[in-house]
Amino acid sequence: MPQPTRTDPALIRNFCIIAHIDHGKSTLADRMLQLTGVVEDRRMREQYLDRMDIERERGITIKSQAVRLPFTALDDVTYALNLIDTPGHVDFTYEVSRSLAACEGAILLVDAAQGIEAQTLANLYMALDHDLAILPVLNKIDLPAAQPEKYAEELAGIIGCDPSDVLKVSAKTGDGIEELLNELVQQVPPPEGDPDGPARAMIFDSVYDTYRGVVTYVRVVDGWLGSRERIEMMSSKATHETLEVGIISPEPTKVPGLGVGEVGYIITGVKDVRHSKVGDTITSATGGAAEMLPGYQEPQPMVFSGLYPIDGSDYPVLRDALEKLQLNDAALVFEPETSAALGFGFRCGFLGLLHMEITRARLEREYDLNLISTAPNVIYDVFMDDGERYTVTNPSEFPEGKIGEIHEPIVKGTLLSPAEFVGPIMELCQARRGSLQGMDYLSEDRVEMRYVLPLAEIVFDFFDQLKSRTKGYASLDYEPSGEQVSDLVKVDILLQGEKVDAFSAIVHRDKAHAYGVEMTKKLRELIPRQQFEVPVQAAIGSRVIARENIRAIRKDVLSKCYGGDISRKRKLLERQKEGKKKAKMVGRVEVPQEAFISALSTEDSGEKDTRKK
Amino acid sequence: MPSVALGGEPVPDDGALPEGSVAGVGRRPFGVYVHVPFCLTRCGYCDFNTYTANELRSADGEATASRETYADLAIAEIRLARQVLGSSDINVSTVFVGGGTPTLLSPEDLGRVLEAIDERFGLEPDAEVTTEANPETVDLDYLRRLRANGYTRVSFGMQSAREHVLQVLDRAHTPGRPEQCVAWARQAGFDHVNLDLIYGTPGETDADWHASLRAAIEADPDHVSAYSLIVEEGTRLAARVRRGELAEPDEDALADRYLAAEHALSAAGFHCYEVSNWARGTAARSRHNRLYWTGGDWWGVGPGAHSHVGGTRWWNVKHPAAYAARLAEGRSPGQAREVLDAEERRFERILLELRLSEGCPLELLDDAGRAAAARAVADGLLDPRAHARGRAVLTLRGRLLGDAVARELT
Repeated sequence: MPQPTRTDPALIRNFCIIAHIDHGKSTLADRMLQLTGVVEDRRMREQYLDRMDIERERGITIKSQAVRLPFTALDDVTYALNLIDTPGHVDFTYEVSRSLAACEGAILLVDAAQGIEAQTLANLYMALDHDLAILPVLNKIDLPAAQPEKYAEELAGIIGCDPSDVLKVSAKTGDGIEELLNELVQQVPPPEGDPDGPARAMIFDSVYDTYRGVVTYVRVVDGWLGSRERIEMMSSKATHETLEVGIISPEPTKVPGLGVGEVGYIITGVKDVRHSKVGDTITSATGGAAEMLPGYQEPQPMVFSGLYPIDGSDYPVLRDALEKLQLNDAALVFEPETSAALGFGFRCGFLGLLHMEITRARLEREYDLNLISTAPNVIYDVFMDDGERYTVTNPSEFPEGKIGEIHEPIVKGTLLSPAEFVGPIMELCQARRGSLQGMDYLSEDRVEMRYVLPLAEIVFDFFDQLKSRTKGYASLDYEPSGEQVSDLVKVDILLQGEKVDAFSAIVHRDKAHAYGVEMTKKLRELIPRQQFEVPVQAAIGSRVIARENIRAIRKDVLSKCYGGDISRKRKLLERQKEGKKKAKMVGRVEVPQEAFISALSTEDSGEKDTRKK
Repeated sequence: MPSVALGGEPVPDDGALPEGSVAGVGRRPFGVYVHVPFCLTRCGYCDFNTYTANELRSADGEATASRETYADLAIAEIRLARQVLGSSDINVSTVFVGGGTPTLLSPEDLGRVLEAIDERFGLEPDAEVTTEANPETVDLDYLRRLRANGYTRVSFGMQSAREHVLQVLDRAHTPGRPEQCVAWARQAGFDHVNLDLIYGTPGETDADWHASLRAAIEADPDHVSAYSLIVEEGTRLAARVRRGELAEPDEDALADRYLAAEHALSAAGFHCYEVSNWARGTAARSRHNRLYWTGGDWWGVGPGAHSHVGGTRWWNVKHPAAYAARLAEGRSPGQAREVLDAEERRFERILLELRLSEGCPLELLDDAGRAAAARAVADGLLDPRAHARGRAVLTLRGRLLGDAVARELT
């Protein structure tokens, strides 16, 4: 069996699995662990590699891992297979690309009852861009609803192979897995690199561990990376000492070092993943490489939202929690923010919607916080007539005065759907200011549609709409694609003439009216009547575009107040006074906190269950 | 009233009151309330502590408490009250018998209760002695006997002059009967007669309400109380509203009806001296109810009855059987009590006195309350002239928003 540290690259196969959520990636990984004997059958549990609770519950993988599997192939040679797991969502495109860059091959795993999904297709294209060997595999062939012939046809059409090349397996029963591993050894090329050159290893993941500090997952490209060595992070020139080098199989095991093509982890004692960034190149601190490995990018938050504790006294807890999450999440950014309506909170930047949602869920679950989040916002570049330029991640930063041009981020979206839903999808994309770039039939009844869409339109309940219009059958993947000039305006919501910052939004001019009408109606319903009439207005600058009135309350007095009523009446008034204290004042208007929560949460309720199909 | 749980500390077995509360009793006006927890049938909107004969039967059919023996029970509590309050001179200035349906007891039974009060405490010569009466349960003869037994004031539950409204309320009497009762009461020698009205019943129109007001005024009582219908949790009415059989009373319509009542009654010479009470002249005002609104002392006799003496409020166990059992053991029927601190008493004074036509003195208010009072004047909720004289007096619009003003002032 090849021992880590100086494995002959010819015996190494580095690969990943490209699959949609629920298409069986974790189950396939489980079977590989069992078949190669790294996990004994009796210690097996489902989805062995997925560590976080949230991951297991939602069936998604947030953080990737790499596991070394010894496998004796048909030629009786024992190979070291390194399974590099990839994060499974659209928000983590960059992380996926780094995982792919660590591999020479990829298993394209598709549910034989459902066919390929948009996100899988996008990742497949990325894998093809990285020149990876692709092994098309249909999973769940044991299902009665499986249509292996049909989807083999589809896969063959997409990657340009023969339908008979498509492997058919059942990760659940283990059927076809051994054959798959043999094919893998055959088809995936061994890694190449310069064993005598200066060390170069690419970071494809970085995880914070309470006890060990940051655990950095690397793929060695050139040279050798040993423990107790000074190393340098090439992007920042920061140097550290490797306290430990190891491999995972499936538990962490120390090794003296890692050679060309090997995959493992290093521990340097740093406490913050931002010091060990995905995509960065590690080299020796002395006599190190001159050039970084290609493809490094700083993490770029794309979506912003204000997070506020519902109980204001939780603010310090929220701050600590965000700081702790950041140790493990280089892409999470935040800064303190104050809202007149919501109090003290943080403006947080995320890679995308899922990243935002996961972060919020973890804050609520792991830190026992009750949070309210403002509507998600993208980054706008606002150019003024006087040449000033503003970067706006929050409607409150939207400048007053003569605006020349506003640039908004756009994405390239890939939608896959049964052909019958093409109409509804086109309608939705059109309504979301999308422009159709192309459309292909993957098979007789499955269509791939490519759109350019403003990111802002996607972060606003797009997934939900897509799901409901296609009975859940369509899938979407997107990647950033620069920016475009758009006619955008900021719509303010005013209560009795006072702006309510939490409800301001930047929207396209054509949609401003609809947003204004919707918000004013909603608030009229949610805000209790006051002693005076309260106009609820939506305005662009000083121009009112929608208006509702909350009529003045006319009766707020108990009719009967006799001997037996007094204690209860006193208690009732005391309780009402308590509620009044908790309410936020917008000018003279008392707005109960629940009104803010419902007004803001109805919008994001859309994303809640879109991922887990 | 929206449901608020009433907590409190236990009442000692002998019913003893804190010293501070008993001190000075008798030097303040003192009243007795007697609760009669019986009805022939339960009305759909009513959440009062009352029971029909069937509800009082135990599983084996034995009556656990009955209206035949009720006067004796009430008298037992009156004796207990005397013990608790000690030997100080206490003259009772008002007695009020409410329910339930007090007129399910005979005038003689009601007379015996009154006699017991006189015997144990001493009834002032000009004491106001009121009983509530359901129109269908009394006639001229009954009222004559009631008057002969010392009662000076009678309050009829008229509710509405419209048949369909009475039906929704499950009231047993027919339109016209309450007006007839007023005439009989006059004939029987009652100077003071009240009619209770309810507005905002599902199905009641503005015209219905005007008709009820007209009928009540024409019957010529010297006092009218008008209450908006409140759909209380747990009542049959609430269930019907929840099922959508009946519409929930509309708050704006209730405000309009209240204004209609004020206009009609004031035009007929009635003066609104408390948010829901109108009287012709000061002599017609209910002196007993005034005790409630001015922090006076009263002893509440009967199941579920509330009492207040010198800053201690307590309330009796609700079920007549439990109540009877306590008294039989020589224990106080008090279920729980609260001893108010100075701030709670101030809070109560503001919220209660604010409901009166003379309002509450501004010196009761703290700085924030005074600032709120000035704002309320500016908003048209408090009377500016009274404010200048140092009193917070609700305007007509302010009366409809009285609780909101109270929250600001306290």
